[in-house]
Amino acid sequence: MSQHELKRTWREIITPQNNIFSLNLKEIWNYRDLLFILVRRDILAIYKQTILGPIWFFLQPVLTTITFVVVFARVGKLPTSDLPPLLFYLSGLVLWSYFSECILRTSTFFKDNNPILSKVYFPRLIVPLSLVMTNLVKLSIQLLVFLLVYICFLVKSPDVRPNAYALLFPLLILLIAGLGLGTGMMISSLTTRYKDLSHLTTFGVQLAMFASPVIFPLSGFGNGSYRLLIMANPMTGIIETFRYGLLGHGYFSWGLLGYDAACMVVFLLLGILTFNSVEKNFIDSI
Amino acid sequence: MKTDIISVENVSKMYRLGEISTGTISHDLQRWWNKLRGRQDPFESLAELNDRTTKSQSGYVWSLKDINFSVAEGEVFGIVGKNGAGKSTLLKILSKITKPTKGCIKLDGRVASLLEVGTGFHPDLSGRENVFLNGAILGMRRHEIKSRFDEIIEFSGIERYIDTPVKRYSSGMYVRLAFAVAAHLQPEILVIDEVLAVGDAEFQKKCLGKMQDVSRRQGRTVLFVSHNIVAVKNLCNRVMLLEHGRTRLIGPVDNVLEEYQASEKDQEEGIRSQLPQDTAACFLGWNLEGQSASDAHSCYTREDFTIVFHLRCKAALHSCELNLRISLEDSSTILFANSRDYSGQSFTLHPGEYQLRFHLHLPVSKGAYNIEVGLFCKEWIDIWRSSTRLTVLDTFEGSAREREGILNIRTGFSLHTLSRPIEIDLL
Repeated sequence: MSQHELKRTWREIITPQNNIFSLNLKEIWNYRDLLFILVRRDILAIYKQTILGPIWFFLQPVLTTITFVVVFARVGKLPTSDLPPLLFYLSGLVLWSYFSECILRTSTFFKDNNPILSKVYFPRLIVPLSLVMTNLVKLSIQLLVFLLVYICFLVKSPDVRPNAYALLFPLLILLIAGLGLGTGMMISSLTTRYKDLSHLTTFGVQLAMFASPVIFPLSGFGNGSYRLLIMANPMTGIIETFRYGLLGHGYFSWGLLGYDAACMVVFLLLGILTFNSVEKNFIDSI
Repeated sequence: MKTDIISVENVSKMYRLGEISTGTISHDLQRWWNKLRGRQDPFESLAELNDRTTKSQSGYVWSLKDINFSVAEGEVFGIVGKNGAGKSTLLKILSKITKPTKGCIKLDGRVASLLEVGTGFHPDLSGRENVFLNGAILGMRRHEIKSRFDEIIEFSGIERYIDTPVKRYSSGMYVRLAFAVAAHLQPEILVIDEVLAVGDAEFQKKCLGKMQDVSRRQGRTVLFVSHNIVAVKNLCNRVMLLEHGRTRLIGPVDNVLEEYQASEKDQEEGIRSQLPQDTAACFLGWNLEGQSASDAHSCYTREDFTIVFHLRCKAALHSCELNLRISLEDSSTILFANSRDYSGQSFTLHPGEYQLRFHLHLPVSKGAYNIEVGLFCKEWIDIWRSSTRLTVLDTFEGSAREREGILNIRTGFSLHTLSRPIEIDLL
């Protein structure tokens, strides 16, 4: 009997520790339907609760852009690297809001989904992935607004000219998604134990925007030490490349983009690492 | 002998009590430092067995300690125990929601756990959308749900409302739909926690039938946790009794349930043995007054009497209501009374001890009835189901023979002749 037991292969063994480097992609693949249903649920839920529905998605960047145009361009007379202020701010804001939404939504997902997570098991990574994808839908609606404004200026203004680097756009979105997911996962994992962090997140993401070229172009910093600080923000290269490719003005270097990609990989790895280390027991401390 | 499909070996789970945040970092660092040097977690030796009634010294408790058992394929294994005995923790570990602190569990099959019905239901989505959502959360593929969709809807019996948002559902409908989804999962191992606590009697019966079907006809393994003794008795082959996180007994269903019921009994008649610690008010006990039976917990059928509940109140409570439920052994309610039922006002309680009285009579057949009382003040303050049952005796005036039926009301009888009887000539 005992010999038989020893030879027995079990389909699954639950032990106190799990491998913190494993991603278990196979399991996630098995649950891919859940991923899509969660995305659908989140979008439908937003749509059903409000009167204006998805209109909110583009009202938000439009109103913020108008505010920025008035405050920074008209009153503050800040440079916009020879671009129409409307297009300059809108391009930065659309990308930045995707990044910040990814971080903010994933950073609280353990808390937000506690009722489900404490009652049923499924690969936990599904939830942050679904959030990043839901935000992608919001992003595409906002990009539609951007496209409308962009086409207007393309016809009107000779300054705005796209070039071949515009083709890097899908890569840029991938980079933002990865950065947002990685950072969000790190924060969400740490907040399960150290709740103080959650106060820091909203505020930190807001401050980080000022250390990016959303408001002030990289070219406006000259060659000082501030320039290096801004360039250290992994979103800088992404926003500048986006503007350079689509609008024809901005800063582009493969080096900076490579640095952003490296940041994404590191953040993602760190995110997965911290995520896996809290995943097994987070429900006890939340 | 059938092969084991679940094997639980030395599983223990340690929890930290009280505020998690204070001192977390220092404890984490100590733990990490010890792990680095290959030593045991310093807090494990401090942890104590889980007993709600005594105060903890170290702040760490073993919610489960050295649990060992195995379940064979096709078996329905029950887990019983008082509140806080570790039942739910065990189910959580089995369904991979949290990891054990020590030990391991070996499984040979897909596990679907039903620790709650309707997990992930979104109030704004329709019943149809929620079936897909809930099914996917429980691990079903979209095409699986699609192929069983009609069956699910038929089982739930709410076809008419399937395109209505579930926030408009009554709680019964909600549970029906949720259980219907879960019942149509096809895992090798099904883990179920107290889902039968809701829903009406007819639906509960349907659920029990479905679970029997799952294990007997389809040969799947079920792990079932419940306070419902009748359900456990009907469903399970073997039962484990947990006490303070340890296994007290594993064995055939009748032996274990006997032991469990014996341990559940309050020590003194009508007096609550384990008082809840953290409620604003709690019931202490009950007895009858004004009845002609000599025992303080018995009365004769149809006679007027008063049922007195003793309550200790620790904080001021405004606009309270008292609910009384008298039920049969199978939990079907025969009387539900509220303190406001007959022109009674809601009442205010201040810290102190009270006697709360219901005046009633019970025209029911003889037997033992469950007494459950609840204090409501914006939310449930305390609900107590006494293990002492109210015994109803048959009256001296009636006949001694056994009667059928719940009611025992004196029914008069008379015979009226409507036409003149035909006179029959006998000759």
